[in-house]
Amino acid sequence: MAIKIFRDFFKRIFSGLFANKSDIKLGFYGPPNSGKTSLANRICKDWTGEEIGSVSKVPHETRNVQFKEKVEIAYKGKKMMFKMIDTPGIATKIDYEDFLKYKVNKKDARERAKEATQGIIESIKWLDDMDMVVIVLDSTKNPYNQVNITIIGNLVARKIPVLIVANKIDLRKSDVKKIEAAFPEYDVVGISARLGKNLEEFYESIFRVSKKKK
Amino acid sequence: MVKKRGQEKIGKIKGFSIQFLPYSEIRLLDGNGRIRKILDIVLGNNILILQGRLRAEEESRLIGDTMAMIGHVKNFKGIELAVVASNGEQNLFNKFKSNMANALLGGDLGAVTIIGPASIVKEIKRNPKKIELLLNK
Repeated sequence: MAIKIFRDFFKRIFSGLFANKSDIKLGFYGPPNSGKTSLANRICKDWTGEEIGSVSKVPHETRNVQFKEKVEIAYKGKKMMFKMIDTPGIATKIDYEDFLKYKVNKKDARERAKEATQGIIESIKWLDDMDMVVIVLDSTKNPYNQVNITIIGNLVARKIPVLIVANKIDLRKSDVKKIEAAFPEYDVVGISARLGKNLEEFYESIFRVSKKKK
Repeated sequence: MVKKRGQEKIGKIKGFSIQFLPYSEIRLLDGNGRIRKILDIVLGNNILILQGRLRAEEESRLIGDTMAMIGHVKNFKGIELAVVASNGEQNLFNKFKSNMANALLGGDLGAVTIIGPASIVKEIKRNPKKIELLLNK
């Protein structure tokens, strides 16, 4: 009997320890071409030496959910293990003709549009599985976009912590204050994923927001 | 009759209408029913003005179902969507009051949702205080 009590006690302790050590599923969400993959690449490159996916000026370059396991991020002596999940940009419309402007041929444009619609469906399905989400917004664009509001609304309803990244601060039109004004209840960090600007503050915010995780 | 400036452009848009849907029309429907009703209206080349708003998970479901239809419904390229919410900056008491009212009424009736087919609505431009519908030529 005493042995059984001891065994159960240790089992509980150890399972608890391992549960805490499981990787935090960190999702990158946002509209197309906001720089989700650029940011995920920057982080993965910094901590694992490898990138997660390809980037392009043509919208909907990421059309499948992409993963990078075991990304350990250290900040001020603390370490956390993440599973990075880069998702296709969410939009409410896809027109293959929009891709033709980028000199994509008609057949490829149609295929890209088809894959992009599937990618958006996949992104939405993955919302349930995240432990924490980074919403990547293009700080040169109007943040009052229903897609942004819908994604955040879904995350709030699921009690998933959110960090908003105002990307592309290296560009002249960038307006981080506008994003802060649009989402006053959330942490907003201005960065440039392309140039690796202000990533220290980003990592600090990641550690701070991760404490809100269920 | 001499056409005034601007009238010519409006004449070029292929037929569409604006439909107003009171919340009572969707209050008793489940998520599936609401989305089906909305998409039926939008697929009929109508711009829908819905009293109230969908729940967050219904909004994302609407986007997902819209994506599933692109490529399967002729000339359908998706939707333009915007919600103008009623609650701006509120103190805690007012927030509690509006949450109570929303719970009793079954939704945020002060909000307005605008949904239009992307083939007609080019963009819904918004900032916190105004909303503009830009139509395709």
